[in-house]
Amino acid sequence: MSALASDLAQRAEAARTACARVTDPEVPVLTIEDLGVLHEVDVDEGGRVTVSIMPTYSGCPAMGVIALGIETELAKDGFDEVRVKLTNTPVWTTERMSDAARAKLAATGISPPGRASGKRALFEASADVACPRCASKDTERVSEFGSTACKALWRCRACREPFDHFKCV
Amino acid sequence: MQVFSDPRAAWLARLGDATLILGHRLSEWLSRAPTLEEDIAMANLSLDLIGQTRAFYTRACELDDGERDETTLAYRRGEPDYRSPLIVEQPNGNFADTMARHLIFSAYAAPLYETLAGSNDAETAGIAARSAREMAYHLRHAGEWMIRLGDGTAESRDKAQAALDDLWPYVPELFEADGLDRDVAASGFGVDPSTLRENFDSTIDDVLGQATLKKPAERRGQRGGKSGRHSEHLGHILATLQFLQRAYSEARW
Repeated sequence: MSALASDLAQRAEAARTACARVTDPEVPVLTIEDLGVLHEVDVDEGGRVTVSIMPTYSGCPAMGVIALGIETELAKDGFDEVRVKLTNTPVWTTERMSDAARAKLAATGISPPGRASGKRALFEASADVACPRCASKDTERVSEFGSTACKALWRCRACREPFDHFKCV
Repeated sequence: MQVFSDPRAAWLARLGDATLILGHRLSEWLSRAPTLEEDIAMANLSLDLIGQTRAFYTRACELDDGERDETTLAYRRGEPDYRSPLIVEQPNGNFADTMARHLIFSAYAAPLYETLAGSNDAETAGIAARSAREMAYHLRHAGEWMIRLGDGTAESRDKAQAALDDLWPYVPELFEADGLDRDVAASGFGVDPSTLRENFDSTIDDVLGQATLKKPAERRGQRGGKSGRHSEHLGHILATLQFLQRAYSEARW
């Protein structure tokens, strides 16, 4: 690898580290790296950074805030020229969420998404959802739509606590 | 209004027109839905549709001359420029009317997006793949409600049946392929909607069977939206949707 190429690779790595500090405004315990939303970070010879992020849900209103966060974190580390673009290739799914991210979600009281099971039947019951507080699987869905586009509202029959469940898509 | 120079752009914009108008209609329920959970559900469904619109419009503009963007398409066009099927501009009516409309639309859009996920344009395929997963829970939500209403009280059953009967004339338009549909399908970019009808019927038969509702007889139907001929409803929708851009023509985000 030439000196220039290796320098660029190092700078791209540094830029990625900066981007990876950005958290999801709707689930602040998760960084965009944890979520799997951060896709590619490139730095060109002029020092310009291009960051591509994958939208989660089509209507996710957090993407604009995430783009601002990326610009802010990169500026802190000396990257002044930044372009953030949304990409639809590849497509984000909850499979892109790391195990560490799932653990963080559970620790904060949000039941993490199950592992995708491929195509589901129209009215098939969802897989077991464990209560993030008491771990009981005696739970029920109150509403498929919760506090944000990515979450559903559930209730634990054992400890009677309501909780958010991160939808599996 | 200039037309699209690329048929792929015209076709994608048409998908975006449908999701924009339906998304706007659903948003009219906010603060008025029967329960708090349903209010949130409507907001979520509406948000998905508006998000899909943005993706379809943005890709359409990229494939076209690149001079317009999603904002131009959503806010700076008149009624005849919108090519959405007539069903999406139908008024919300009562809750059963809205759920019947959503069942019909999502039973059409779910297989449409699933098929479009095989588009020869990777970006379009990606948008469609994500939208298809969303449309699966739209369909489930509307389907569950139609079953609950149809198999519910005498009043809810009557309203659910009346809603289906009122909306059914707008079903054929969804599946009629025109020249644009056939062109983009032939090139491997888009989908011929007439190929989706069987899938639609099997979903509808499943839901209506469980709901103990009758599938309306199919008459000639009403059509025109896909070629820009709309009912009066669209003008009222756009008057609200485009208020800001009409009052402040130089407004920018």
